[in-house]
Amino acid sequence: MAFRHKHILGIEHLSAEDIQLILDTAESFKEINSRDIKKVPTLRGKTIINAFFEASTRTRLSFEIAGKRLSADSVNISGSTSSVVKGETLEDTAKNIEAMAPDIIVIRHGHSGSPHYLAERVGCSIINAGDGAHEHPSQALLDLMTMREHKGSIKGLEVAIVGDITHSRVARSNIYALTRMGARIRLAGPGTMIPAGIEKMGDVTVFNDLRDAIKDADVVMMLRIQLERQSKTLLPSLREYARYFGLNQENLKLARPDAIVMHPGPMNRGVEISSYVSDGEQNVILDQVENGVAVRMALLYLVSGVDAILAE
Amino acid sequence: MEKLIIKGGRVIDPAQNLDETLDILIENGVVVSIGGGIDAEDAEVIDATGKLVTPGLVDIHVHLRDPGFEYKEDIASGTRSAVAGGFTSVACMPNTKPVNDNHTITSYILQKAEKEGSCRVFPIASITKGMAGESLTEMGELKEIGCCAVSDDGVPVSNSEMMRRAMEYARPFGLAIVTHAEDLALVGSGVMNEGPVATELGLKGIPWVAEDAATVRDVMLSELTGCRLHVCHVSTKGSVDIVRQAKRRGVPVTCEATPHHFSLTEEAVRGYNTNAKMNPPLRSEEDRQAVLAGLADGTIDAIATDHAPHHLDEKNVEFNIAMNGVVGLETALSLSLQLVRDGVIDLHRMIELLTCSPARALDLPVGTLEIGSDADVTIIDPDLKWTVDAQQLASKSKNTPFDGWEMQGAAVCTVVGGKVMFDIAK
Ligand SMILES: [Zn+2]
Repeated sequence: MAFRHKHILGIEHLSAEDIQLILDTAESFKEINSRDIKKVPTLRGKTIINAFFEASTRTRLSFEIAGKRLSADSVNISGSTSSVVKGETLEDTAKNIEAMAPDIIVIRHGHSGSPHYLAERVGCSIINAGDGAHEHPSQALLDLMTMREHKGSIKGLEVAIVGDITHSRVARSNIYALTRMGARIRLAGPGTMIPAGIEKMGDVTVFNDLRDAIKDADVVMMLRIQLERQSKTLLPSLREYARYFGLNQENLKLARPDAIVMHPGPMNRGVEISSYVSDGEQNVILDQVENGVAVRMALLYLVSGVDAILAE
Repeated sequence: MEKLIIKGGRVIDPAQNLDETLDILIENGVVVSIGGGIDAEDAEVIDATGKLVTPGLVDIHVHLRDPGFEYKEDIASGTRSAVAGGFTSVACMPNTKPVNDNHTITSYILQKAEKEGSCRVFPIASITKGMAGESLTEMGELKEIGCCAVSDDGVPVSNSEMMRRAMEYARPFGLAIVTHAEDLALVGSGVMNEGPVATELGLKGIPWVAEDAATVRDVMLSELTGCRLHVCHVSTKGSVDIVRQAKRRGVPVTCEATPHHFSLTEEAVRGYNTNAKMNPPLRSEEDRQAVLAGLADGTIDAIATDHAPHHLDEKNVEFNIAMNGVVGLETALSLSLQLVRDGVIDLHRMIELLTCSPARALDLPVGTLEIGSDADVTIIDPDLKWTVDAQQLASKSKNTPFDGWEMQGAAVCTVVGGKVMFDIAK
């Protein structure tokens, strides 16, 4: 099956077949990452610009490694070193980047819709590495890849997503992806962090109580509480957050015994997740990180449209 | 003596309950007679056969941006845009730079309108100095020199006591308070209507209660003080209902709806369309239906555009940081005619909402073709098909959400004080 998307702006635009293809492609790339020489010439001569207008360590690193393992030339620009801080518009920044003829721009931006904005204005492929509270497609895909590895199939899984849903692009992309692949989503979080109409985005049920949301779940995904971002009107204290919405050994027992625990990172230990759980037997958090590289290799490969043999 | 005869059109003037094929004779800028078979030597004649002839349209909510933001619009371009859309009178909001909170700015606007304007301009002064919400403007003098009302549109008066005092003070001068009803704390950093679409797009929502809560407050203050209140751009089911109930109780309140709120919903934001960003935001279909019902049952007194020009650079950015507002003078009439075709309101009601009813809301001496009144006339071809091309608008700014829309009906000739200020053929 051919991949017909020039951009990856969000999971919203991907079909179940697209997702399947991305995950299958990622699986075949994953093998490269365990070789002695972790490099294939697939994207030799291609230029990738990782434009990160918002602080990020792991996603940027993951995209950068993915590009290098495919032999592409990748260059990073970040919010603090790019000209964005000098008051240049995103359009001008984009046109300047484009004038240097990259093949792919990977963009992380604080404003929802920025990748969409770029895609309308530049000629190369755009991959969304997280835009505002909108989407974070590569994260959802690596989450699905991890679930598939551990559970065999996504279809029929009960997936609990817990935390600040309102500000979470990870939650939105996962809701689209999981719904498309036939999983059911249960959401829980403080009342101030459940956005209006979230049930309409997919196969979603909202629970008031964390314990009801994770009862008999196959997957428990804890979202990061963005300590720096939460205004005082949203939460009384982290102490209370941990008490009612934190995952610990006790409440995890409500999930299926073989449930896996996920977290997109970076974690706030002792807030949304206790160290006993994050380091416990059910955690697959580092698998997520590992799969992140493979999924991003797959995305770069698929949007670049090269006909090369996957792995030599 | 300058004479003009508008011949053979279907003259509709809701103020006089008139609907007949008649001729209108205008002498020296004044309507002198309306009747059949009027002829006069040395009169210029406009053939209006097959057209509607109405009092000049009145828009009581326009941002002319002059002084201070002439790169978006100025009095010349804004009033050119008005007559191109069939409007002969506009009331302009005070959020200029400096704010229209004093004699000097009001005089500047009136003089410039006199010199360069294509239509009548009625300045609205601010309620508080600098629209800062802290102290009252000199409303007595402002009224005397030509302001028709007071408003802090765009920066609503948050302090309830301030608003109470403003109403108490304005009432004896006969000034209406024009309110942009939004509770700014509830608006927060929201950029579109709160609901499923905002959630999907990952954009911060503005809940309906931000408008309803502020509308309730101002309606009750009007009830307390007896001051006339005009509520700008009602966009929610709740605020339409609040005004409806207040009118039943005899509260001296009027309100307006914009063409964008009655024609579009929050769905228009999809794709992060910054020309669908305004305050109050485009709402849900349920809200839109409530606005339509309000237009039909008399709750809403006026169709007003909230014409809000912005430069391309202020819209060609990420949705979160784009400016609020859209231009509307040149699309309002066509969108209103669409309501008639859709059976929401009849033609009389539509013309009433664009002429005598808004004039009454702000007590403007326009909006009718009665003998002896200033000869402001709009000739409308209700069937004319045209396509909106933002680049062709007379306004300096092109921020319309209706670019590319197929329209039906338009003003073909706009007469202000007996002078043809717009002719589609030219
Ligand atoms: Zn307003």
